[in-house]
Amino acid sequence: MSTAGLSRRSLLRLSATAGAGLVLAGCDVGGKASSGNEGSGEGKITALFMQQAGYSEADIRAMTADFAKANPKITVEPTFVAYEALHDKIVAAAAAGTYDVVLIDVIWPAEFGSKHIVTDVTANFPASWKSDMLGGALATASYQDKYFGVPWILDTKYFFYNTDMLTRAGVEPSSLSTWDGVLTAAQALKDKKIVDFPLIWSWKQAEALICDYTQLLGAFGGKFLSDDGKSVAFDTGGGLQALEFMKHTLDAGLSNKNSLESLEEDVRKVFSGGQAAMALNWTYMFNSANDPANSKIAGKVGVTTTPNGPAGGPGVNGSMALCVSSGSKNQKAAWTYVSYLTSADVQNKYAKSSLPCWSKSYDDAQVLATSPQMVPVAKKELANLIARPQVPKYNEISQVLQTEVQKALLGSKTPKQALADAANQARSLI
Amino acid sequence: MRSQARLAALLLLPAAIAVFGVVLYPAARALIISFYDVDSPFAGRYPFVGLRNYTDILGDSRIWTAAGHTLYFTVVSTAAELLFGLALALLLAAPLRLRWLFRAVVILPWALPTIVTGAMWRLILNAEYGVANALLTQLGLQDGYRSWLGTDPFLALNMVVVADVWKNTSLVAFFLLAGLHTIPRELYEVARVDGAGPIRSFFRITVPLLMPTIAVVLVLRTIEAFKVFDIVYVMTGGGPASGTQTITFFTYLQAFSSQRFSYGAALAYLTVLAILMLALLYLRLLRQNQLRGLS
Repeated sequence: MSTAGLSRRSLLRLSATAGAGLVLAGCDVGGKASSGNEGSGEGKITALFMQQAGYSEADIRAMTADFAKANPKITVEPTFVAYEALHDKIVAAAAAGTYDVVLIDVIWPAEFGSKHIVTDVTANFPASWKSDMLGGALATASYQDKYFGVPWILDTKYFFYNTDMLTRAGVEPSSLSTWDGVLTAAQALKDKKIVDFPLIWSWKQAEALICDYTQLLGAFGGKFLSDDGKSVAFDTGGGLQALEFMKHTLDAGLSNKNSLESLEEDVRKVFSGGQAAMALNWTYMFNSANDPANSKIAGKVGVTTTPNGPAGGPGVNGSMALCVSSGSKNQKAAWTYVSYLTSADVQNKYAKSSLPCWSKSYDDAQVLATSPQMVPVAKKELANLIARPQVPKYNEISQVLQTEVQKALLGSKTPKQALADAANQARSLI
Repeated sequence: MRSQARLAALLLLPAAIAVFGVVLYPAARALIISFYDVDSPFAGRYPFVGLRNYTDILGDSRIWTAAGHTLYFTVVSTAAELLFGLALALLLAAPLRLRWLFRAVVILPWALPTIVTGAMWRLILNAEYGVANALLTQLGLQDGYRSWLGTDPFLALNMVVVADVWKNTSLVAFFLLAGLHTIPRELYEVARVDGAGPIRSFFRITVPLLMPTIAVVLVLRTIEAFKVFDIVYVMTGGGPASGTQTITFFTYLQAFSSQRFSYGAALAYLTVLAILMLALLYLRLLRQNQLRGLS
């Protein structure tokens, strides 16, 4: 069969030529600049959300159904992924423009904005929003004085405690206003054998670890970056003290060692199961720990602002924003959807799941009624937030820091050595 | 003849386009990307950096640590799978009643998607509410609950090995079972007549005649284990303290979480190169083995 050999060879030649051509063509395509106003403003759009803290999937589907009623010419197809998969899914889908609307974390505007993965919506961002939204919320979507999205989930970590356990240990909740007070309370809880490990944290090798670390770094007066933003500063002063504090609570048996494999959901389960007396977590834990269907401690949940260290008690800014992706073919419709979801009316309606980004909402009777305990605490803590570094290579810095902080917590390095090693690696990434 | 050739080419074209589109083009593109500094998911102009990504990789200590984990994982999991797989295959080959049922049950772990296996083992090993702690503590084999995946990087790596062995032993067993069936019964009968016991016939008949199958299984499992990703992603996310980070997992982090696509591509190519060398080595051993078998 000489013909078979012939055709095979010519086929190979054909595909090699075509291949080379395509590869070359692929390298020459320029990234297109996007105006943010593409599309007719009607038709079908897709949106990527996370399935975790903040608004629940059911909330988002209900909001979307209401949106569809008000905007019959736009249909929205939402997709939900775990927070841990959100960033990578946005990146992987960017070139194809799979999603018109994407939910982004407060640590990504620098990266996504500078790489044009999401559109610059500064021109569409009304001045009234800038004055009516809380500062911490606005920071969520901005990078270098531009807006790359609209703040939607305003969140920080609050301090939760089991009121029943505290009473049994004779600890006054007011003593939890400082981290020193927390340590004393934890020791009392442990000594009286009320709970084996009073504290549980989300210290798994993940962004959740950096959120807790940030909040402590702020309390001890540390900084991630030097004031000019050109060097790292977490390896000395408050940054170091924060890590030493974390390590100390483990060594003293006050923190559950399983914190090192826990994410926020694990913290919620342990706290709701009555296996810990105190924990930092996002707003959503207040409702879920008070839900008898998911919690053994419903009705015994106390919440307060994050405890103070020597330098105060800022909460980590863990907010998220909705963005129009630059690959979207229907940016007008996407913006209509984003504007709807972020509006004060919608946010007030779902305040029980996630607190609104709008200042005036905190005096709204309807919002106050959803969570009379949570809202006043939030109003106080949201006024004082600390941000993680706003740099395009944040993710890699975070990975380095996660590894080194865990090494210190596991005891394979001293906190000082671990942070010095992290700083060495991070320096080239700023 | 000519029109026949054209027809053949035409009929092959869809397959050729598919293979080109999903294998050749991405592979070629990744190779090209590995010589540039591509830091965004969009097509565009990026600086050409030559071999810098490759030299950077060789100087990155994190990669050598990940390579160590990968090597450990590959050697231990492949060896354990072979050992348990062989035992299981011998058991399944025995003339037991309900043999068909055992065989069906044994294949189940392998039939599950790896993602499911990983999620299942993560739950089993959960320190607070996992079955492993409950079972071991209640049986008195362990005092108190312990952390399996969180506080000891080496233990966590071994737990990932356990999950992988649990899953893939059944595959190995089935390969070896097929190999066992090709060994003529008469050989064992002759051996028995000659006075050889079961242990002697196992080492003198079963093992040598099973060698070609064992070699194939080794090649397959080593390469698969070297590429381990999903089970790590689900069970540990690379932690604690990056103690379960493997080469492919690190590649993924670099490429997608850090958007260092070129670095990731270069790393992937180096991994392919390592796997290729492994495969060639095995094939050579296999060929020598077969020659010896013939003579």
